[in-house]
Amino acid sequence: MIAGISIYEIFTLTSILFFIGIYGFITRKNLISILISLELILNASAINFVVINKYLYPDVLQGVFFSIFIIAVAAAETALAVAIIINLYRQISSVEVKDTEIMKY
Amino acid sequence: MDISYIVFIPLIPLAVFLLLGIGYQKIKPAVSGYIGVAGLATSAALSYYAAYQYFFVNGKVDGVYQTFVEKTVWMNFTDTLHIDMGILVDPISVMMLVVVTTISVMVHIYSRGYMEGDNGYTKFFAFLSLFTFSMLGLVLATNLFQIYIFWELVGVSSYLLIGYYYTKTSAVSAAKKAFIVTRFADFGFLIGILIVGYYAGTFDFETLNAVNAEGEGLLMQWGASSFMGLSVITWGLLLIFMGGAGKSAMFPLHIWLPDAMEGPTPVSALIHAATMVVAGVYLVARLFPMYYFVEDGFALNVVAYVGAFSSLFAAVIALTQTDIKRVLAFSTMSQIGYMMLALGVSSYKGHEGVGYMASMFHLFTHAMFKALLFLGAGSVIHAVHSNYLKDMGGLRKYMPITNITFLIAALAIAGVPPLAGFWSKDEILVAAFEKNQLLYFVGLFVAGLTAFYMFRLYFGIFWGKETKYHHPPHESPMSMAFPLIFLAFMSIVAGFIPFSEFVTADKVAFEAHLNLPLAAAAVGTGLTGIIIAWVFYKKENDLADKFANAFGMFYKWTFHKFYFDEIYMFVTKKIVFNLISTPIAKFDKKYVDGTMEGIGNKTVLISEKIKGLQSGRLQDYAMFFVSGVVILALVFIYLWT
Repeated sequence: MIAGISIYEIFTLTSILFFIGIYGFITRKNLISILISLELILNASAINFVVINKYLYPDVLQGVFFSIFIIAVAAAETALAVAIIINLYRQISSVEVKDTEIMKY
Repeated sequence: MDISYIVFIPLIPLAVFLLLGIGYQKIKPAVSGYIGVAGLATSAALSYYAAYQYFFVNGKVDGVYQTFVEKTVWMNFTDTLHIDMGILVDPISVMMLVVVTTISVMVHIYSRGYMEGDNGYTKFFAFLSLFTFSMLGLVLATNLFQIYIFWELVGVSSYLLIGYYYTKTSAVSAAKKAFIVTRFADFGFLIGILIVGYYAGTFDFETLNAVNAEGEGLLMQWGASSFMGLSVITWGLLLIFMGGAGKSAMFPLHIWLPDAMEGPTPVSALIHAATMVVAGVYLVARLFPMYYFVEDGFALNVVAYVGAFSSLFAAVIALTQTDIKRVLAFSTMSQIGYMMLALGVSSYKGHEGVGYMASMFHLFTHAMFKALLFLGAGSVIHAVHSNYLKDMGGLRKYMPITNITFLIAALAIAGVPPLAGFWSKDEILVAAFEKNQLLYFVGLFVAGLTAFYMFRLYFGIFWGKETKYHHPPHESPMSMAFPLIFLAFMSIVAGFIPFSEFVTADKVAFEAHLNLPLAAAAVGTGLTGIIIAWVFYKKENDLADKFANAFGMFYKWTFHKFYFDEIYMFVTKKIVFNLISTPIAKFDKKYVDGTMEGIGNKTVLISEKIKGLQSGRLQDYAMFFVSGVVILALVFIYLWT
């Protein structure tokens, strides 16, 4: 519980964060930027877990643990994604999305 | 009577066919000839043994020849309707076994000389064995479907053998013609079988032909349903006869037989003179009680008239042909018409069934002398290397054996006593005289024509003008001469076999008498024909040409076989192809194919348009995914009530 801040305000914040992430994911041309946008989405959901846990079910801790899980998984996933991007860069000397279309159709 | 060994009679030629066919590359020609002859000789020996056993030892019970059947069910439809495979032994099948194996073994021996040096020697013997197997299977069939299977096999082997000289265009088209015409007829046969099978409830010959103690057919349901004023069973029988007419070259399905002479001459002797072409006669004889009892023999009358007309028609054409094998082909057609006529005027019981007996008798004797005529013609062709009468003449000095045997055969077919043809032809004329005078006079007239064209041929080949030959013709080797001598012997003695004691419609022997006035009339007509031929052709003169000119138009018509080939060509090419096939083909191309191709083309078109969706860009997919989620969310929130 944070004094003076209601759950609706926090939800507004996470929604904004989430959709910024979505927007970035869809519109960015650079793979790293996409990855960062993805982090925003994950963070928005992690905050949601914590907030819902604290405001609605203050006597249990599952939500908090889940957010820790999300952070851990996000870290691993980022490492993996960066590894892929580096390999891709070695192949085509670019991290632009438009250069990675060789598998279309 | 134990009949199980009879199954080997057709199986031995089959084994020979497989052996020669599979080992085609490895077996030397000299060996393959011996294998073929040996296999057939074994078959023939077994057939003679079977005939002896059947006719003289234990075929008869209380003076009635029994029918022995051994079979296994092959395909089951209902309790009564099933297709069996098996062998059926009764007088006509035993007789046919003897005819087929005898002629076949003679032709095999003859072919060893005639085909010598030919590239496909082994193949030829393999085909001959295949044919013999099919024909024997046809003869022994126990039911309509089995006979149909072998019927088609016979057609195939006939096709293979007519087209044996496959580098010759005319032989290839003759083979195709024979196959297509007979196949067309067999289509009627198949429908007939299905009709009979459906309405009579069985394919089995024994059940179909069952006759009770009063001599009435048990197949009495024929009146049950009718179509266009005739019982359906009659329609079935007429369609079955259509199949028989196709194989037996009856008018109007005869057009393939003259062309079939493109095959090697031994083949013509075996298939297109003695065995396969009488399959139609055999088929009608096999179903004779049905033909006779169903609807008072309406179908049988049709058989009689078709036979009589074909007989006259072919005899007239044979008068003017110049290819010696074609003369013999039309003669065959004419004689088979005779057999059909005899069947058609026959009754069932006792002496009234003389037509049936006469038909089978004539089948037997005709097989002997017609095979002899063909083999003799083959011997001549072998020596002169031509099929045409204009290239022959005066050959009697060079080929004494062929000359004498050919003369015997010609006398036999002309009905000169005491040779074989006289006896059987006399019985046919007696049968026709007792039943239908019109048919009798047709038969008598044909007998005269037969004698005339046969001796026109004989004098044309062996007498007449003295032709200069490039190489002096020589008598054929022994392998060819022996069958000629044997068959000449048979042509002399076959007439003395008391056929009425063995093969009759109701399977009870009766006494056949020679009807002297009728016999005298027939012999008189025959001799007249021979004498006219003598005057015209014995010495080179222009009487025949003058005579031909006197007939003018008619001569031209007969020379062109009454333009039947042209009529068929016109009907198929101009009418069927143009008016039926072409529109149907167009419809097929335009609408049927068009629909299917349209579906395919449209699919491709749509795919081309939507393949952009699979862009391979992750962000596009994410875009679709998110929009989908948003739309669903909106639906759930605002529209879901």
